[in-house]
Amino acid sequence: MSNKQSKIIRLTISYIIIFAMIFIVVYPLLWVIGSSFNPGQSLSGSKMFPENPTLAHYQFLFDSEKSNYLLWYWNSMKISITTMVLSVISVAFTAYAFSRYRFIGRKNGLLTFLILQMIPNFAALIAIFVLANRTGLLDTHLGLILVYVGGQIPMNTWLMKGYLDTIPKELDESAKMDGAGHFRIFLQIVMPLAKPIISVVALFSFIAPLGDFILARILLRSPEKFTLAVGLYELVAKQFGNEFTKFAAGAVLVAVPIALLFLMFQKYFVSGLTAGGTKG
Amino acid sequence: MIENQILSPILKEEANKHMEDLKTTTHHGRNAALLSIIPGFGQFYNRQFLKGIIFLVLALSFGFVFYDSLPVGFWGLFTLGEIARLDNSVFLLVDGIIAVLVTIIGLGIFAFNLYDAYNNGRKRDQGFPVNSIRQQYHNLLDNGFPYLMITPGFFLLTFVVIFPILFVGLLAFTNYDLYHQYPANLADWVGFQNFVDIFKLDIWRNTFFAVLAWTIVWTFGATTLQVALGIFLAILVNQKDLKGKAIIRTLMILPWAVPSFITILIFSGMFNETFGIINKSILPLLNIDPQPWMTNEMWTRFALIMIQTWLGFPFIFAMTTGVLQSIPDELYEAATVDGASIMQKFFSITLPLVLFATAPILITQYTFNFNNFNVIFLFNGGGPALPSQNAGGTDILISWIYRLTMTSAQYGKAAAVTMILSLIVISVALWQFKRTKSFQEEDMM
Repeated sequence: MSNKQSKIIRLTISYIIIFAMIFIVVYPLLWVIGSSFNPGQSLSGSKMFPENPTLAHYQFLFDSEKSNYLLWYWNSMKISITTMVLSVISVAFTAYAFSRYRFIGRKNGLLTFLILQMIPNFAALIAIFVLANRTGLLDTHLGLILVYVGGQIPMNTWLMKGYLDTIPKELDESAKMDGAGHFRIFLQIVMPLAKPIISVVALFSFIAPLGDFILARILLRSPEKFTLAVGLYELVAKQFGNEFTKFAAGAVLVAVPIALLFLMFQKYFVSGLTAGGTKG
Repeated sequence: MIENQILSPILKEEANKHMEDLKTTTHHGRNAALLSIIPGFGQFYNRQFLKGIIFLVLALSFGFVFYDSLPVGFWGLFTLGEIARLDNSVFLLVDGIIAVLVTIIGLGIFAFNLYDAYNNGRKRDQGFPVNSIRQQYHNLLDNGFPYLMITPGFFLLTFVVIFPILFVGLLAFTNYDLYHQYPANLADWVGFQNFVDIFKLDIWRNTFFAVLAWTIVWTFGATTLQVALGIFLAILVNQKDLKGKAIIRTLMILPWAVPSFITILIFSGMFNETFGIINKSILPLLNIDPQPWMTNEMWTRFALIMIQTWLGFPFIFAMTTGVLQSIPDELYEAATVDGASIMQKFFSITLPLVLFATAPILITQYTFNFNNFNVIFLFNGGGPALPSQNAGGTDILISWIYRLTMTSAQYGKAAAVTMILSLIVISVALWQFKRTKSFQEEDMM
C-alpha cells in the first residue's frame, strides 16, 4: 500500500468519525430549534422540520400578560451581572493579597480556599435555606446573589492568584520606589496587566448563575422572582410534553445569545484555564 | 582574618540570641501583658495611648453589643430550646453558631491585644524605643493592607460557605426531621445516632451503599468516557492535512457553549418513552425496539452516562487542542527520522504530553461529576423509584441529599450524609493537591 493510499484511507476514516460526531452534537440542538417553530403544543407532534412553521410560541413568551418569561430573563440578567461585578471585585482583592503579600494566616487561608472549592456550596443547601430564612433573605434576589458571589470566591481566587504570580514583582517594587501607595500599585500597575484573567473570572461568574438550578430553586419561591433555569424547568415539569414547544422557544432564546458570547470568548477560557492549570 | 569574616555573622546571631535570653532588669513585658487583661491598659503602660484607646473602645463596644446575645446564643446551642412552640431549635442553632463565631473573633482580638502589649514591653525591657504614632500608622498600613483586602471576601465566605458547613456539621448530630421541627416539637442532640442509623438500619444501609456504588460508577464511567472522547477527537481534528479545522472545532464545542440545564431538559424530552423522538423515530430507523429510558434504572443510567459524555467532552476537547497546538513539530520530525510509527508517536509523545498538561483539570472533572446534581435531577429527577430503597435508582449522593431534605424532610440524616460526602471529597482533594506542583512551589506543605 503506497503512502498516498494510506493517507487517503486515514483521512476518510477521520472525516467519517468527525461527521458522525458533529451529527450527534448538532442533532439535539437543531431538533429543539425545529420544535420551537412547530404549530402544536406537545412533544409528540413536534417535528424537526415542521410543515407550516409558526412564531406563535415566541409571541406567547414575549407577551408579558400571558407568561413570565421576559421577567425571568430580566431577573437572570440582573442576577448574573451583579454576581459578576461583585465576584470580580472581591476575587481581585483576595487574589492580589494572597499573591503579593506574606502575612500571618496566608497559608492556612489558601489551604482553606482549596478545600472549599472542592465542596459545592449547595451541599449545605439546608443551611443556606435556614440562614436565608433567619435573615429574611428568602425569596429575594439579594440572598441568591450573595450565595453566588461567596461560592465564586475560592475557585476564582486560586485561578487569579496563579495568573498574578506570573506578573513580575519588580514592577510593584519600582512603583513603590516612585512613591506609589499600596492601593495605587494594585489598581494602576497590576490590575491593567491582569486583564485577561479578569475577563475569564468575569465570564465564569456571569455564566455560573445562569446555569445554576438548585440554589435558585431552593431560595426563590414566587414565580415572578424565578430565574430562567427555574422558570423553564417549571414550564416543562408541570405537564411534561404538553408545553414542550413553548419550552423549546424559551430555550432557544437563552441558548443562542449565551452560545455566541461563549464562542467569542472561548479562546480566553482555554488560555486562562491552562495558564492556571499547568501551574496548578 | 578570613575565618573571622565567615564566623562573624554567625557569632552575631549567637550574641543576639543571648541578648534575648538575658534577664533584663525591668519587667515591662510581663507587666504590660498582665495589665492588658483589661484591653488597652498594657498599651497605656507602654505609653502608646492611641493604640490603647482603640483597644479599650473595641473591647467595651464588643461587650456592650454582645452582653445579652452571647449567653442566649450559647444556651440555645447547648439545649436547642426548652419549650416547644416557643423555641425554634433550628434558629437557636443558627444563633448559637453565630455566637461561637463572634466569640472566636473577640478572643482573637483579645489575644492580639495581649501579644502586642507584651511585645512592646519586651522592646522597652531591651532598651529599644516603642514606635511613635506616626510609625504605628505606617506599620498598620503596611501590615494591615493584605488583611484589609481579604476582609470583604472572607466575611462573605464565612457566612455563605463556612457557616453552612458548620451548621450542617452540627445538624448531623441532631434528630431534626419532620417530627422534630418548629412549631410542634423541639429538635435535640442525639450524638452519633444518625451515622449509626445509616450503617445499622437495613433500609438506610442498603440505600447508602447502593447510592455510593452508583455514584462511584457514575463518576468514573461518565468522566473517563468524556475525557477519552475529548482527547481522541482533539487529536483526530488536529491532523495536519485535515481541512476545515476551524468550523469543526466550533461545532464540537457547542455542547459546552449552550447552558447545560437547557440541553439536559432537551434530552429528557428526546428520551421520553412514549413521545420522545428516540423511541419514536431514531430507534425504529435502526431497527431497534423502543427502550424504557425513564422507568428502568439500568436504561436511565446508560442514558445519563451518554448525555454526560455529550455534555462534557467539548471542554476536554478544547483543553487538549490548546495543548496539542503548543507541542513543537520538531518532536514528531525527530521521531519520524528515527522510524517511529504513528502509534509509537501517539503513545510516546502526544498522550504523555497531553495528560501531563491537563492532569489537574482532569481531576477537577472527576470531582465535578461526583457532585453533578443538575444532570441527575433534571433528566429524570433521580428516578425511577425503587421499592428496596429510599433513594431513586439513579440518585447520586448529592441528589439523594436533596431528596432527603426537600421531599422527605429527613434533615438530620441528610446532614449526616453531607458530612460523609464532604469527607470523601476533602480527602481525595487533599491527597491529590499535595502532589501537584503549584502546591510545592507555594512551600505550603
